[in-house]
Amino acid sequence: MSDNEVAVTKDAAAAVDAAALAALHAPVPETIADGGPELVQLLTPEGERLDHPEYSAYIDDLTDDDLRGFYRDQVLIRRVDAEATALQRQGELGIWASLLGQEAAQIGSGRALRPQDYAFPTYREHGVAWVRGVDPLNLLGLFRGVNHGGWDPNENNFHLYTIVIGAQTLHATGYAMGIQHDHAVGTGDPERDAAVIAYFGDGATAQGDVNESFVYAASSNAPVVFFCQNNQWAISQPVERQSRIPIYQRARGFGFPGVRVDGNDVLAVYAVTKAALNAARSGQGPTLIEAYTYRMGAHTTSDDPTKYRISAEVEVWKLRDPIARLKAYLTASGKADPAFFEDVEGEADVLAVRVREGCLAMPDPSPASMFDNIYVEEHPLIEAERAGFAAYSASFEGGH
Amino acid sequence: MSKLTIARAINAGLRRALESDSKVVIMGEDIGKLGGVFRVTEGLQKDFGEDRVIDTPLAESGIVGTAIGMALRGYRPIVEIQFDGFVYPAFDQIVCQVAKMRARSLGKVRLPMVIRIPVGGGIGAVEHHSESNEAYFAHTAGLRVVACSNPEDAYWMIQQAIACDDPVIFYEPKRRYHEKGELDLLADAAPRALFEATIARPGEHVTLAAYGPMVKVCLDAATAAAEEGKSVEVIDLRSLSPLDMDVLATSVEKTGRLVVAHEAPTFLGMGAEIAASVSEKCFYHLESPVIRVGGYNIPYPPSRLEEEFLPDLDRVLDGVDRALAY
Repeated sequence: MSDNEVAVTKDAAAAVDAAALAALHAPVPETIADGGPELVQLLTPEGERLDHPEYSAYIDDLTDDDLRGFYRDQVLIRRVDAEATALQRQGELGIWASLLGQEAAQIGSGRALRPQDYAFPTYREHGVAWVRGVDPLNLLGLFRGVNHGGWDPNENNFHLYTIVIGAQTLHATGYAMGIQHDHAVGTGDPERDAAVIAYFGDGATAQGDVNESFVYAASSNAPVVFFCQNNQWAISQPVERQSRIPIYQRARGFGFPGVRVDGNDVLAVYAVTKAALNAARSGQGPTLIEAYTYRMGAHTTSDDPTKYRISAEVEVWKLRDPIARLKAYLTASGKADPAFFEDVEGEADVLAVRVREGCLAMPDPSPASMFDNIYVEEHPLIEAERAGFAAYSASFEGGH
Repeated sequence: MSKLTIARAINAGLRRALESDSKVVIMGEDIGKLGGVFRVTEGLQKDFGEDRVIDTPLAESGIVGTAIGMALRGYRPIVEIQFDGFVYPAFDQIVCQVAKMRARSLGKVRLPMVIRIPVGGGIGAVEHHSESNEAYFAHTAGLRVVACSNPEDAYWMIQQAIACDDPVIFYEPKRRYHEKGELDLLADAAPRALFEATIARPGEHVTLAAYGPMVKVCLDAATAAAEEGKSVEVIDLRSLSPLDMDVLATSVEKTGRLVVAHEAPTFLGMGAEIAASVSEKCFYHLESPVIRVGGYNIPYPPSRLEEEFLPDLDRVLDGVDRALAY
């Protein structure tokens, strides 16, 4: 290569860099892009069914009951979410991380799991917890401050909420490696073959652990599906701060497929996740799914999104609401009647009351219980402190 | 009885664990064909297969994080961290996940995993290869931390750590990997429990507590002191979390004096905790303040200076003399 050619190449590279940087620093557009041409969509925001050459087949077996179930799940968990937000505002929860807007991403992916599959959530996967059979009341404990989680992950194959961003993707990958060691992948037995799904957000894609989990999963061909809910915001930072390319395209660099799905389209999410889980269970290794969605609410109840994003953006995404589009489809196709929708609303109200009453009735843990469950086997320091705490507490009894 | 180095003793212990429990797996960098950079896992992959002795990608958080997942699936992973200074990329997974998972689950989850770390200096290595970071982990509730000092303990303690249902940080004294000692490979049971301290050499005038690579230095110091008529009782702590305060306190109540020696810097090190605890427990028996002999409170120096940095026989004896001067 001559010096001139080198100079030209360098100039071209500099021009590309400049363009990318300009895009990075451009003002937030009035409307976020709709996900681009590679977005897998089976249900438009208006509720029209689309065909997709690859993924339509994965929803062929869904009955009308299943479709109504997808609707019911979304409405119920949205109602639980609203009740939890209210409970936080009333001082009954210390904090709450709302899933508002992400119902389809969570219900669609969660419903694609088989009982023997295992899910590793962040702290926002209330919808996945719901479809795995975890009682919503179990989720409230950590937000109320009575425990750090506390449910038995093996009861529903739904791991404890993980708060450190991205850490659970490695646990998911290791668990998937365990499935391989158990020869529970690629046997062809639908009752035996299992896969893992690892949930994380767009912000987590910047974390070392997430990138390491991609490396480990690729290296061992582990049966794990990486499910990224790109809700466009990591607290106050837009996704462009984390990634210069669409997130699903990163998978290519790690050597496995990536796909971007409309995260507000429960049918497409179900189809894409089912395909990825099937591939994992049959021994074809990991897939990265980017569910393109939007965090309609704040990051948590402690956050104030008016400080960093414009309301016009939220308005655009309101038109893509996952529940409204499914309702439109169910109505137009005659798969559900007004009585059904009324029943679901009624059920949601009953559930909300149960969640509220259950939350208020949740007892504070006994003080001495903080010494429990630190170790399996006895640890003398813990036992000494437990005894000291008991003696100290007893010294006040009958005093004053 | 057999005569084995510490490295071979750990290898034999790992082999026995792999043989007796099909859920035991070993994970780490270069541990397969190479047998690890210190050859501690030599031959294990050949005999137990690539499924049981797993060569991992070069990322420590990934090793520990995926080992957690294996443990959640019912395995008993043994993780090898190649050098002490390379554990820090995995620090978050160890402190936030390994240590806290059981409490988070209110006791419904257990993580029976062992994290093996070759520890300490004295091998003329470049930066990050000579650290003593035990205080970080001993400070973290939910972890157990042990340090072996001789081949017999190395053989039994690694097996006991693997059998423990809690996560264990297992420190191996890297500069002593090739020192030999007698042990009975075929014995049915370990001579002592994992979390117990032992009296490595009985004495009357002063107690000298150490662990890992410093135990031998202290035993040599006790021999030298004896020639001057000073009777030093050497305690091998063996376990740093939990600390066996009973053995320590009994000894200090007898001698009235305590010197704690370790390679790690003294500030907020194990010696500081031991000094505070012994002062509370044995106040009326103490004839002198508890003396700490350790590394200086600086980053580990270039290897040409490590002999000045590491406590040697003379510095330990100086500590003993300071305790006896009261």
